[in-house]
Amino acid sequence: MKVRVDLTRRPEIADPQGTTINRALKDLGFEEVASVRVDKVFHLDVDGDDPELVRQQVTQMCQQLLANPVLEDFEIEIEK
Amino acid sequence: MKTAVVVFPGSNCEHDVVAAIENLGGKADLVWHRDTDLTDFDGVILPGGFAHGDALRTGAIARFSPVMDAVAAIAAEGKPVLGICNGFQILCEAGLLPGALIANRDLAFICRFVDVEVVDTSSILTNQTEPGQKVTIPLNSYEGNWVDPSGTGRVVMRYVDNPNGSSGAAAAVANEAGNVVGIMPHPERATDKLLGSDGGNVLLDGFLSSLLPV
Repeated sequence: MKVRVDLTRRPEIADPQGTTINRALKDLGFEEVASVRVDKVFHLDVDGDDPELVRQQVTQMCQQLLANPVLEDFEIEIEK
Repeated sequence: MKTAVVVFPGSNCEHDVVAAIENLGGKADLVWHRDTDLTDFDGVILPGGFAHGDALRTGAIARFSPVMDAVAAIAAEGKPVLGICNGFQILCEAGLLPGALIANRDLAFICRFVDVEVVDTSSILTNQTEPGQKVTIPLNSYEGNWVDPSGTGRVVMRYVDNPNGSSGAAAAVANEAGNVVGIMPHPERATDKLLGSDGGNVLLDGFLSSLLPV
């Protein structure tokens, strides 16, 4: 089962990479960009047929390893 | 009184730490990250480097190394646990210290001596110092920018010029009890004026004196 996990940096956590990219875009003349945030996406291929079970398993993976709860929120999407 | 210096795959400061401890008259042994028994030790240092290649996030894999349960047990007993640089990142990932380390504010790898100032002397790192005392020790990191949305971290040392954007200019952070400390710059690399500074000794002396029975 294909699973997509989006990690989103919490709004209160600074994103130096996003800030720098925003500055570079402005330097290129893209004045319309208000802000840039750089996040992380995982594409997992997980054995199993039960989407709910897989979702539970991936949630545990996020809580234990994939996401740092201090920095990031996660969102799980079962793709197929 | 003996200190365990944990070696993860990718650690690279472990020998410097052992040498620095021994120069100060202490005893230290290297311990492999797969060891699970630290009962012979009175304290632990997690050295700098790139444990497990810093895959995913700094310290994210290392916190699951088999030795970490024993490190947590030592911390829970109130014995000194010090994380230096990557070791600091591992302690945060393990939840033994609050907050997390993210990329430096200016996205530059910083490798130079920095001046750090003692804020709080009640920790295993700063108990031999005076408030306001400054030491010069080398910083050598990319993810040295400490963030602490919880606001519970106790800053025990701060940068004079905050080169990496750390919250509260924190260079070293302690848990509430003061027995677990993470420091981003490297005291073990500043143990002799020949190396540019001996400012790290007073900090490591603090660690060693906290090994003594109360």
